[in-house]
Amino acid sequence: MLMISPKMASGAQEKQFTQSLLSFFIYNPTLGPREGEEEKKILFYHPSEVEKNEKIRNVGLCEAIVQFTRTFCPTKPAKSLHTQKNRQFFFEPEEHFWIVMVVRNPMIEKPNKDGKPPTIEYQEEEILDTVYGAVVRQCYSMYKLFNGTFGRAMEAGGVELLIQKLEKFFYRYLQTLHLQSCDLLDVFGGISFFPLDKMTYLKIQSFVNRVEESLSLIKYTSFLYNDQLIWSGLEQDDMRILYKYLTTSLFPRHSEPELAGRDSPLRPEVTGNLLHYGRFLTGPTNLKDPEAKFRFPKIFVSAEDGYEELHLIVYKAMSAAACFMISASVELTRDFCEQLDSLVGPQLTLLASDICEQFTINRRISGPEKEPQFKFIYFNHMNLAEKSTIHMRKTASVCLTSVHPDLMKILGDINCDFARVDEDEEIIVKAMTDYWVVGKKSDQRELYVILNQKNANLIEVNEEVKRLCATQFNNIFFLD
Amino acid sequence: MAEEHYLELSENPVQFEHASSVNNVFFDEANKQVFAVRSGGATGVVVKGPDDKSSVAFRMDDRGEVKCIKFSIGNKILAVQRTLKSVDFINFIPDYPHTEFSQECKTKNASVLGFCWTSWNEVVFVTDQGIEFYQVFPDKRSLKLLKSQNINVNWYQYCPETAVILLSTTVQGNVLQPFAFRNGAMTKMSKFEIELPVVPKPAKLSLSERDIAMATIYGQLYVMYLKHHSRTVNSPGAEVVLYHLPREGICKKSHVLKLNTTGKFALNIVDNLVVVHHQSSQTSLIFDIKLKEPECAVNTHQPVLPARSIHPYRIPLSGPAAVPTQPPVPCQLYSSSWSVFQPDIIISASEGYLWYLQVRLPPAVRLLQDKGKLMDFLLRRRDCKMVILSVCSQILEAQENGSLPVVATVFDKLNQVYKEYLEAEQSYTAAVESGPTRGAAAQKRPVRTQAVIDQSDMYTHVLSAFTERKDVSHKFIIAVLMEYIRSLNQNQITVQHYLYELVIKTLVQNSLFYMLHQFLQYHVLSDSKPLACLLLSLESTYPPAHQLSLDMLKRLSTANDEIVEVLLSKQQVLGALRFIRSVGAHDNVSARKFLDAARQTGDQMLFYTVFRSFQQRNQRLRGNPSFNPGEHCEEHVAYFKQLFGEQALMKPSTV
Repeated sequence: MLMISPKMASGAQEKQFTQSLLSFFIYNPTLGPREGEEEKKILFYHPSEVEKNEKIRNVGLCEAIVQFTRTFCPTKPAKSLHTQKNRQFFFEPEEHFWIVMVVRNPMIEKPNKDGKPPTIEYQEEEILDTVYGAVVRQCYSMYKLFNGTFGRAMEAGGVELLIQKLEKFFYRYLQTLHLQSCDLLDVFGGISFFPLDKMTYLKIQSFVNRVEESLSLIKYTSFLYNDQLIWSGLEQDDMRILYKYLTTSLFPRHSEPELAGRDSPLRPEVTGNLLHYGRFLTGPTNLKDPEAKFRFPKIFVSAEDGYEELHLIVYKAMSAAACFMISASVELTRDFCEQLDSLVGPQLTLLASDICEQFTINRRISGPEKEPQFKFIYFNHMNLAEKSTIHMRKTASVCLTSVHPDLMKILGDINCDFARVDEDEEIIVKAMTDYWVVGKKSDQRELYVILNQKNANLIEVNEEVKRLCATQFNNIFFLD
Repeated sequence: MAEEHYLELSENPVQFEHASSVNNVFFDEANKQVFAVRSGGATGVVVKGPDDKSSVAFRMDDRGEVKCIKFSIGNKILAVQRTLKSVDFINFIPDYPHTEFSQECKTKNASVLGFCWTSWNEVVFVTDQGIEFYQVFPDKRSLKLLKSQNINVNWYQYCPETAVILLSTTVQGNVLQPFAFRNGAMTKMSKFEIELPVVPKPAKLSLSERDIAMATIYGQLYVMYLKHHSRTVNSPGAEVVLYHLPREGICKKSHVLKLNTTGKFALNIVDNLVVVHHQSSQTSLIFDIKLKEPECAVNTHQPVLPARSIHPYRIPLSGPAAVPTQPPVPCQLYSSSWSVFQPDIIISASEGYLWYLQVRLPPAVRLLQDKGKLMDFLLRRRDCKMVILSVCSQILEAQENGSLPVVATVFDKLNQVYKEYLEAEQSYTAAVESGPTRGAAAQKRPVRTQAVIDQSDMYTHVLSAFTERKDVSHKFIIAVLMEYIRSLNQNQITVQHYLYELVIKTLVQNSLFYMLHQFLQYHVLSDSKPLACLLLSLESTYPPAHQLSLDMLKRLSTANDEIVEVLLSKQQVLGALRFIRSVGAHDNVSARKFLDAARQTGDQMLFYTVFRSFQQRNQRLRGNPSFNPGEHCEEHVAYFKQLFGEQALMKPSTV
């Protein structure tokens, strides 16, 4: 599981290891309160091959730390534990249920002469609590999206069912965690919105309303283009995690065959006399297949009275994707899917080309000079809007950034500073590598800019950031 | 059964003495006057017009049987035809000699078929050998021939609205020659031939006067030909063929109206609709030549609505002779004694009534299921506004599944007309502003017809009541409002603030704040100060509204004062100060306002900072850090001294 970075340190034969997942476990102390029954507390443990007693020991240790720190602040027990070799994160998403993630610190292995074993240097300060704390919370949210709360599984089928569900979900999910590429964006957990003119936006509204009217089973609809959100019928928090799932898991999985071109399933469908490119990303891959199954993933979203369970239908035509959510109590049939396909397919295809056209027009109008030459990350806590010119396209496997991890860490540090106070702030840092890093916080918005101007002074950097705000963020209220 | 009679006779008909052996009745289409001539005029001529002003009664000498009698325009001169050779004239202008004078037709051996007035003093004689155009001099009691044309005439028709005379020529009578008259000039228009269903052999007069009518429809002159069903040609029924007769250019066959039946017909034009009465079935059909028929070949039209009879009519027994208890007598519709005149007149000479035919729109709403077609139809009618608005309400109330596309179509049609009017109004205003230099004077102010349904009509009569309904899902209400806003935007019409308010109100009532947030994020609800203030008021229930509001004020760029107020009210004194500096308005703001706010926070350091900042400003502006008496900051100066001591005050810099 160790990832070896291609980057070699200056010294001869040094090996650098990035942070990695050591273990991940979930327990509930109330399930095995008596001595000798400790194993019952453990609901999930990764890696599973760890010896039972060690599992019990590790869980016990976490329990003790949490218990101990509680004496100092009963409402806020410890969130993380720093040690030389690793760092542990504690999270109690539901009462008595604890999720613990242990991350091994990045390290450098320096070979020693004379055949002595190599010296290992742990980089204890490289890991940010906020980033990995957010990763743990995200793990839980993702579980909850597809399974509901832990409590729900307990009610439905006791500990056995919960253990089963956790096993099933986390076994796969943990493989997709790429701890070395987690950064500030994981802290934000934001949503990237697709920039769109009013008229096209209204057309999408009209489309959504019409589909919901004619297929009245549909309870909520969300609309995305180019992996960016345009419309969410779900509440913000549910959309946030669904967006995460769509953009980091579902879409990348389906984009590969598209990119491959040949042998892709992207052949236009003909419904009536209309050509369309619509297809289901969840559920049946081919409607015409007589064996096709009409089963869709189920998700849990917040409702007035707790949670509601929904079928998640993701339907895509070219770059436009619509998510239709239907109460899970309804059984979805071939009929319904065919109806949806013939109604949505042509309209969505048309909309997708409309949006694409508008987007190109807007791009042409704004011109290349408006293209950001700056590297920045923007986040608005109010609508979760995030924008980054630092991150490349996210794929299922990696999230590429175009800046050095050290700079990303500085951004994370500034973010921690901002989190500590309520007031608006501005922090300017000169990094070791001659980069300037600027963090600005205004009301609920945060902006981080990385400038590569070696000889610039503080005033010039400040001016530069002002200029950026004036061009990129001129339509929002941003205090200078 | 619901009311389905979409045609009716006017409630107040023109009443006249019915035709009898002693009373001859004439109708003049130009002035729309009915002449009741008793005993050749000796015992009186009673003229009834559409209003009291045009009604006259007089006597004239009985000089033989009257063939035709008409006033010139404005009742100035009366013309009476009694023989085949001449027409007699009587002045009705006060102070002019009253004695009759006469004019014989110039062409030898010709008989006068009739005459038409084209102005108050210009008259055209139509003879069997041509036409003669005269100017009348009432003072000299004589006429002057302006122009004449020799041509064999079978019969003629006159359209007073356009002053066009149509002559039937050739043996079969199917070559029609129109002449136009204007300001003493006579223009020969291009002749055209009516296609006859069967060509008779030997040739004989085959086109009857009864089967031809002229009328203006949508501002264009048409010749309507009632083409009867012929047994030899395999056609399902009679047709009305419309020939478009432009002022200049060639007359072309332009529309075919399918009657799908045979028999005796009569034509009227009401509100630009062609009405075809069918006597044997006692029903009428209406056609709208602007209504496109997708399933028909170009310019072939089917009736807009199924055939229905004119609304039953009862003759009111009014006047002193009427006995109140006596019920009104039902009037026999489609009677053989009816005469039909263009455009919309029906006369029963035997009963002494003249009616105007009218279209009733509400029954059309029930009979026309296709709402898009219905809107197209209604938008071209004169008194359509309230009917259209009620149709909109109906569609929204019915809330059938799949009605959203219908709603969208209807909105698009309404807004198309609305937009055309706004554009016309705009270009008119622009033309007026640019001055009369470039022929702007010629441009007329666009007329606002009833079909222009603006946002306030829609709001008042449809949307505001609709959003109040409790039995409609909020999803549908919002969908409808968004559809209306989309349609307005699509037509580049600026959306009025009250519509946004309606959207916001509906969203807030249903706690759909995230939806509202997204709408604002994509600027679906356009920026304005009132909207920003509305958002501010939502802050307590939805905190992000604060940010949305500030962003909006910022974009407006004319709301800096409001931004300062908002920030100060949030005790963000430094933020407000930084903002006001960034927009360069620091020099003009009231120091007191900021000091008040700073003091209210209870933060002494903040107060110190703000105080010093204004002292520096004073120093820069006036060379002295102290406040002017007009700024009313004494209280704050004292407070500052009390907190930080006299020596902390900035001293005036010595020169």
